[in-house]
Amino acid sequence: MSNPRVAGAGVTKFGKHPERTGRDLFAEAGLEALDQSGVDPDDVDALFYGNFMGELAEHQGHQGPLMAEAIGLDVPATRFEAACASAGATVRAAVKDLRNGEADVIVVGGAERMTNIGTAAATDALAIAADDLYEVRAGMTFPGAYALMARSYFEAYGGSREDLAHIAVKNHEHALVNDHAQIQKEITVEDALEAPTIASPLGLYDSCPITDGAAAAVLTSEAYAEDHGLDAPVAVSGTGQGGDNLALQDRDHFAQTPAADKAAREAYADAGVSAADVDVAEVHDCFTIAEVLAIESLGLYERGEGITAATDGETSRHGDLPVNLSGGLKAKGHPVGATGVAQLATIAWVLDGSHPRADAVEDGRVGVCHNAGGTVASTTVHVLEVAE
Amino acid sequence: MIDAAPDGAYDAWLDSIEDDAPYYLECENGHGWLPPRRICPECRSRDLTEEPLPDSGEVTTHTTITVPTPQFEDDAPYVTAVVDFGPVSITGIVRGIDPEDVAIGTVVGLEVGERVTTGDRAVVFRPR
Ligand SMILES: [Zn+2]
Repeated sequence: MSNPRVAGAGVTKFGKHPERTGRDLFAEAGLEALDQSGVDPDDVDALFYGNFMGELAEHQGHQGPLMAEAIGLDVPATRFEAACASAGATVRAAVKDLRNGEADVIVVGGAERMTNIGTAAATDALAIAADDLYEVRAGMTFPGAYALMARSYFEAYGGSREDLAHIAVKNHEHALVNDHAQIQKEITVEDALEAPTIASPLGLYDSCPITDGAAAAVLTSEAYAEDHGLDAPVAVSGTGQGGDNLALQDRDHFAQTPAADKAAREAYADAGVSAADVDVAEVHDCFTIAEVLAIESLGLYERGEGITAATDGETSRHGDLPVNLSGGLKAKGHPVGATGVAQLATIAWVLDGSHPRADAVEDGRVGVCHNAGGTVASTTVHVLEVAE
Repeated sequence: MIDAAPDGAYDAWLDSIEDDAPYYLECENGHGWLPPRRICPECRSRDLTEEPLPDSGEVTTHTTITVPTPQFEDDAPYVTAVVDFGPVSITGIVRGIDPEDVAIGTVVGLEVGERVTTGDRAVVFRPR
């Protein structure tokens, strides 16, 4: 099967830009991706665009055509919404269309404007990724949901808040040289443990910040990249997506993420690789515990063993399997609808050697992106490989 | 919040708790769910019947939320927990116990309470 190429990617500085509209954020990322790709904009066949809370944050629905216009494209443009996995879903849809010959060039990406509405309203908007009747009305927040999962994990497998703190410390350290990152500040385990609690057992430093930002990538068919002599050495070789009951209460257990298990199995099989082949990963660490659940679902760690990976230094940039070299959602920030494509951009840049942390994985060939929606009721996993 | 019509089967379910006759929905293969449901997502049975919910359940997992949504501003801090009633698990707010004392395994009963912030009905658990 032919594997689509990442021809270019663009990511805005993630952070607090309350005065910048979603369309302005996406235009910056999208134009950067197009410029970097060397693709003639007339050759773009479609825009697949991810966004979660546009109606609440900007009173703006129907963002697909708006964003196409913002980057100078007159193409079919569709918005994908899968909570925090919205952008991952755009990548998956594009890979399928590029493989089956429906298209030669697709722009994928997403944007989220969140800080303009303030913390309380953003907390409210994020919460609606959960079940309104049975979770939101029981006071569930997004951090609260992951807190429920963290406590279940500790109960099932052990681990401590200190192990979670090591994940935050690692991801903050990784972000120090990432100029796209929202937080470029080193923290200590003590800082994390002493930070105010948001939803016990999770504290402020277990949580990603509220972020404005956008990310975009130009994906092309393999044939298009070859015919046009594009500098596009990284291919998307595997795609997978899994689902689960929306409400935590309807699942068998809360210390595993079966939607991610399914997505990973499918993506690895599609790419013809196994977890053992993975050199580097960007995973959805909206909360520190989420990184643990992710690396276990990806098969990088056995159940119950992911919790100590950061404590033991294995997932740091000096370790055998660097996770979240970008700083992750924790330090890089999490503009919800953009995250999945920001992960793709990071892995592409790490594999082509242009990322500031690329030296952590010299001669890396295989990277994986894990993008989770809500309490992991949606997950996409993509495998990226050096193709040439 | 949008002021709108009641949420049919969900509000009827809250009513059943207030009437001391709470139920859950069970398919012919014994899978339990909460309304509204027209099909068992597990086995696709459409033969769902209302069965009485057990009197009490055990806390499976819990969190004390200190940063709430605006609809819970005056409720915070509060404990949100998932409680295993056997055929179904239910998410709600634990009251009548110090948050520090809520633990996995704490046995609680089910009732309908009011949200401090908005006055809306909420699923509440109290130690049994
Ligand atoms: Zn059933």
